[in-house]
Amino acid sequence: MSRPSNDEAPPQTAGIVERLVRDDLDRKRFLKLAGSAGAASFGAFVIAACGSSKTASTASAPASTAGTASTSSTGDIAILNYALTLEYLETEFYGKVVASGLFSGKVGSLIKDFGQQEMTHVEALKGAVEKLGGTPATKPEGKFPISSADQVAQLAYTVENLGASAYLGQAPHIQNAEVLASALAIHTVEARHAATLGTLVKKPVTPDGAFAVPSDMSTVLAAVKPFLA
Amino acid sequence: MTVNQVTNRELAALEVHGMTRGSFILRGALAAGALYGTASVAPFVSQALAETGGGDAEILNFALTLEYLEADFYTVKGKQVGLSGQAKAYARTFGAEEVAHVSALTAAIKQLGGKPVARPTFVFPVTSESSFLTLASALENTGVGAYNGAAPSLQSKAVLASAGSIVQTEARHAAAIDLLIGMSPTPNQGFDRPLSKQEVLAKAGPLIKK
Repeated sequence: MSRPSNDEAPPQTAGIVERLVRDDLDRKRFLKLAGSAGAASFGAFVIAACGSSKTASTASAPASTAGTASTSSTGDIAILNYALTLEYLETEFYGKVVASGLFSGKVGSLIKDFGQQEMTHVEALKGAVEKLGGTPATKPEGKFPISSADQVAQLAYTVENLGASAYLGQAPHIQNAEVLASALAIHTVEARHAATLGTLVKKPVTPDGAFAVPSDMSTVLAAVKPFLA
Repeated sequence: MTVNQVTNRELAALEVHGMTRGSFILRGALAAGALYGTASVAPFVSQALAETGGGDAEILNFALTLEYLEADFYTVKGKQVGLSGQAKAYARTFGAEEVAHVSALTAAIKQLGGKPVARPTFVFPVTSESSFLTLASALENTGVGAYNGAAPSLQSKAVLASAGSIVQTEARHAAAIDLLIGMSPTPNQGFDRPLSKQEVLAKAGPLIKK
């Protein structure tokens, strides 16, 4: 589960998305994951936003020009449900880590704090989806390898970096300024978590250097897949 | 990484996603309060609305001033103070990253047809490693709030993507410094509070000599 480097990202993106859209099994799994309301819009979103640039321009043009509230809400709801799904997984992960008792003292209380913060993200995102008139995605069933403190901390570092890159990847697609402000407020907290875990596992605090690299939905989805039960 | 690489990456990303520019003006934000509660959002929203005349170049110039400040703090003041160990390592890494932000913002402002602000002169009331780190924490956390507060007012998606990329780095710096000085890496809990331009100026202004 590693993120592609910046140089590889654009060509991989198109390939993975096309495969994802074609791969019925994967698609069904995510659609189930994303919840009934977000499901239809997610498919449309992926095709419109991430297809070949020519197709995408054609597909997204009517949406942009029409500019109706419902159209922009549909995209935002899909993004929020995607984020909600990731936050559900993070919350479940931290819950299991806390229950494992592998961490105590200062690190233990940081882990506990982070888990609680992910939980507040879940609540906020659910509220936002409902406010936009959507149905919040259902909680997925996760599975996480929990063996040693070091392994868990490494995994947490990976998961938080992925989460931060996922929010960063969606920010430019969010239509509603209020939703954007909220996503940014969560985004930097994920970054803080990632940096904190980086210090624990003696990995870089800023693995991408000065400019954090975004990840698109299909990349994140592929990375998350091993953690879905 | 050169500025061109950054710019090209954002342009490439735009083409991949094939999305047209959308409006990021704070329309609808007056109905804020869903996630934060109206009390915390209202000052930010009214401030942002008051600033909508400026455009992206003006917002980026504001960010550029902060980045100049951070870059100067780490690369010049850090050396004067004489840091050691982890503080020294962070100052070196983070300082180089702030310098890269300065370059990227300068280029972006020019690309938008704006005129980048000149590098201001700063005065940092810092004499020890301990006071250096305390101020570093304040600066980084202010930087996070400043970007998060200004970003929804940006018109260009490419600029927004770049600002997001930078603010994530600022948040990582903030957390690392906070941990080093025994403070919480998440001072705002689950949601980083956006700061208005006035709030940012109140914090950073006294450090700007001219």
